[in-house]
Amino acid sequence: MVRVLIFLTIDFFLWFFNLHVEGTQMRIIIVGAGKIGKAIINTLVKENHDIIVVDILADVVEDIVNTYDVKGVVGNGASYEILMEAEANKAELLIACTPSDELNILSCLVSKKCGVIHTIARVRNPEYSKQMDFFRNELGVSMTVNPELATAEEIHEILKFPGALKVEHFANHRVEIVGLSIPKNSPLIGKRIMDIRKEYNLKMLICIVERDKQAYIPDGSFVLQEDDKIYVNAQKTEINQFFKKIGQLKTKAKQVMIIGGSKISYYLAQKLIDNNVAVKIIELDKERCQILSELLPEADIIHGEGSDQTLLQAEGIEYVDALVTLTGFDEENIIISLYAKLKNVPKVITKINRYDLTDILRETELDTIVTPKEVTTNIILRYVRSLQNTIDSEVKTLYQLVNNQVEAIEFYIPDSTKYTGIKLKDLAIKPNILVASIIRNNKVIIPSGNDYLQAKDSVIVITTNKQIRDLEDILE
Amino acid sequence: MNYRIVFQTLGKILLVEATLIVLPLMISLIYHETEMIVPFITTSGILCICGFLLVKLIKPNNANLFPKEAFAIVSLSWILVSLFGCLPYIFSGVVNNFFDALFESVSGFSTTGATVLSDVENLSKGLLFWRSFSQWLGGMGILVFVLAILPNVDPRSMYILKAESPGPKVGKLVSKVKVTAIILYLIYIVLTLTLTILLKIAGLPWFDSVVHALSVAGTGGFSIKNSSIMAYQNIPAEIIIAIFMLFFAINFNLYYFILIGQGKQILKNEEFRFFVIIVVISTLIVAINIMNLYGNFGNSLHHAIFQVASIISTTGLTTTDFNFWPSLSKWILIILMITGGCAGSTCGGIKLSRVIILGKTIKNEIKYSLHPNQVITTKFEQKRVEEDVLRGVVSFIIAYFFIVLLGTLIISIENVDLLSSLTSVLTCISNVGPGFNLVGPTENFAFFSNFSKLILSIIMLAGRLEIFPILVLFTPRLWKKA
Repeated sequence: MVRVLIFLTIDFFLWFFNLHVEGTQMRIIIVGAGKIGKAIINTLVKENHDIIVVDILADVVEDIVNTYDVKGVVGNGASYEILMEAEANKAELLIACTPSDELNILSCLVSKKCGVIHTIARVRNPEYSKQMDFFRNELGVSMTVNPELATAEEIHEILKFPGALKVEHFANHRVEIVGLSIPKNSPLIGKRIMDIRKEYNLKMLICIVERDKQAYIPDGSFVLQEDDKIYVNAQKTEINQFFKKIGQLKTKAKQVMIIGGSKISYYLAQKLIDNNVAVKIIELDKERCQILSELLPEADIIHGEGSDQTLLQAEGIEYVDALVTLTGFDEENIIISLYAKLKNVPKVITKINRYDLTDILRETELDTIVTPKEVTTNIILRYVRSLQNTIDSEVKTLYQLVNNQVEAIEFYIPDSTKYTGIKLKDLAIKPNILVASIIRNNKVIIPSGNDYLQAKDSVIVITTNKQIRDLEDILE
Repeated sequence: MNYRIVFQTLGKILLVEATLIVLPLMISLIYHETEMIVPFITTSGILCICGFLLVKLIKPNNANLFPKEAFAIVSLSWILVSLFGCLPYIFSGVVNNFFDALFESVSGFSTTGATVLSDVENLSKGLLFWRSFSQWLGGMGILVFVLAILPNVDPRSMYILKAESPGPKVGKLVSKVKVTAIILYLIYIVLTLTLTILLKIAGLPWFDSVVHALSVAGTGGFSIKNSSIMAYQNIPAEIIIAIFMLFFAINFNLYYFILIGQGKQILKNEEFRFFVIIVVISTLIVAINIMNLYGNFGNSLHHAIFQVASIISTTGLTTTDFNFWPSLSKWILIILMITGGCAGSTCGGIKLSRVIILGKTIKNEIKYSLHPNQVITTKFEQKRVEEDVLRGVVSFIIAYFFIVLLGTLIISIENVDLLSSLTSVLTCISNVGPGFNLVGPTENFAFFSNFSKLILSIIMLAGRLEIFPILVLFTPRLWKKA
């Protein structure tokens, strides 16, 4: 009785100090506070979740507890005692991202028995990755993430659209948002956005413009300039048409050179070979070369130093369609990529482990940068958000674009509301918000002002306003 | 150092203090003390202006808050709050000397409870309330209070919470710093209210109940009677106060465990068990030792338990003049004065958890000297004590005694006797209040020179903030930008 009273008082105070716990907040346990763990914490803390970090290293936990609004527990994240100390019985989600696959899986299993509803494990061993379905269906691990595989997939997507800097998928790969930069003499320079769609007669939307590191949601009268980066929303075929019409169509890469024979290289090479692309891998370690040549009989495996310019020339760097640097060293990747740019390789993709470096690299010519940490984090965050949203709001998925300046959110409209059935141009939508696609009966509509929303639609909204969590929020 | 963020935070703290001074002002209004209205309003006005200037004029260009800034914020804000807090004493004309006012104010906020006023019964009710209220605030911490009420608390404020909260290892109760601060203050407020009501039931007037509850809660020990609690001759009230002094000397995390239904954790808590044992043993020894002074065992037990509770919780209220006690009892009190209560409570001193950790380190050292190759881990509360915590504990204790020695050396310039000079410094650094001989329970600190009062004021602040935040102020490194 007394305890109930005290809790009511605490609730009152929390409400009074405007801290009232919203329904969307979850209690999340993060096991392993490495690079990815930290990146996840960094984002989730901002979304006001109740986070508990478990790590075996006391000073790491100490550091995180001091920097973020999280609680820390020092110990083994697969131990029942430690998980109970982290109050796993009250948690909705556990994310295990320690360096050890086995620990991550065990942690998920134990926490599941403690009462955690959803569990995510980072599993990088390909032998385990193959049994993802088994993990999910039989063991109850909600999701497994393989950082290397995910990175390889991301790079593969970019290679499919060589003209693009970045490709994002929505609605089960039906809608794509493709980033591209506007080179000198592009026909787009000086044109207003509303004229572009008319002129090319394509179902596409320019939904974000990045200028001087700042992201804008353009309206129809926005005029494009040289060196802008634009993000175009359209279906695949339309995007290729668009690239063709503005003269930026680069044929799909046929010949790809990969520097470094890491796990990512293996996954990527496998995917490329499956798509009939010729792959050449340059790797320094002889034994690794042998393993790769066994695994990838169709690929050319070259034993040699990837930063050796003579070797690169000898292997025909000037003639490949794309070069991907995947060595373990950021510096080496950067230098080889710069060299490739010098040799006019049409598409250069640089893998960087340290996300901080991307700021420095903005000043260079390297425009397509992939960070495994970011890729993994995004996949996990997407899951967390979809989870959070299934709890009470209509958000299905949420993506962060353009250095987290922009959010693309997928909503589902279950029933008719006051905004359904009204033409978009007649809706009072807040500034910096764009309705980018409507998915109706499995068909994608790139909307113009005359389209309208209706019940059972999925809608993708793009915004720089990060407070949107409900479709009604987009209205004035 | 990021000067801008430091000054901006200081400005906010001054504004909070300006608001809080309204409380004693209201007390003065209720009791029709017209002479106190001007002093309180002027103080509040000055605080408002200074705070407003700092907040408005200095716009931080980034919000980087690192341990350096946190230390500076904590120590500077305590100094500023004490400096401004002494204005009501000066404006009301109660003290003419700035150093007297400063001593009184610091003694309040640091929850020491030593006074330079020989006759407190003549003070206005508003000022008496301010004295006790400053102890209540200082007990749980001014910055913890600010963290609890400010919107948008930077998660890095954990550094501030750490620098201000007592104990070798400060953790969060819940994941958010702000909610942690709110919960701490809620527990504090509920306990204080309970004490007030119990004192009222025991027969004290309302005002006296409130003021005593505030000073007991902060383990400060300001009384509104010259002869402290013994003026009331009210045995039930004395027992209630004794029990609550012990309550406030317990780690507040334990109350949180009760709240969330993990009451069993308390029995597992090593520090709590040690605390209970020490209180029981020292009470019994003192009770037997002073039996012939008070006639029967009941009486002596009553005085023993009150004095032991008062000293170990570093409150400093008294029911008897322990200056006349035998040496053994006096020394027990001095030792309790040094150790203080549990970490994470409102009391001062070294804190029992440090004593335990040090004891274990010594024990391990003995093992090492016998078996040099043995590998030993020091465990506390069922967990391994990390190297840096261990280092912190040892250096804290060394610094504590170093300051006691240095302080006594400086005070001894006045040529007071050894016990008086030593216990005056001990009582100040442990935030107790009374010492022995010239600074005993019925005496006060008025006779010291201004210089000694200043030194004792610094020592009181150093004791409350656990020494290092004050020491870093004197390092030039803190003030460098990079």
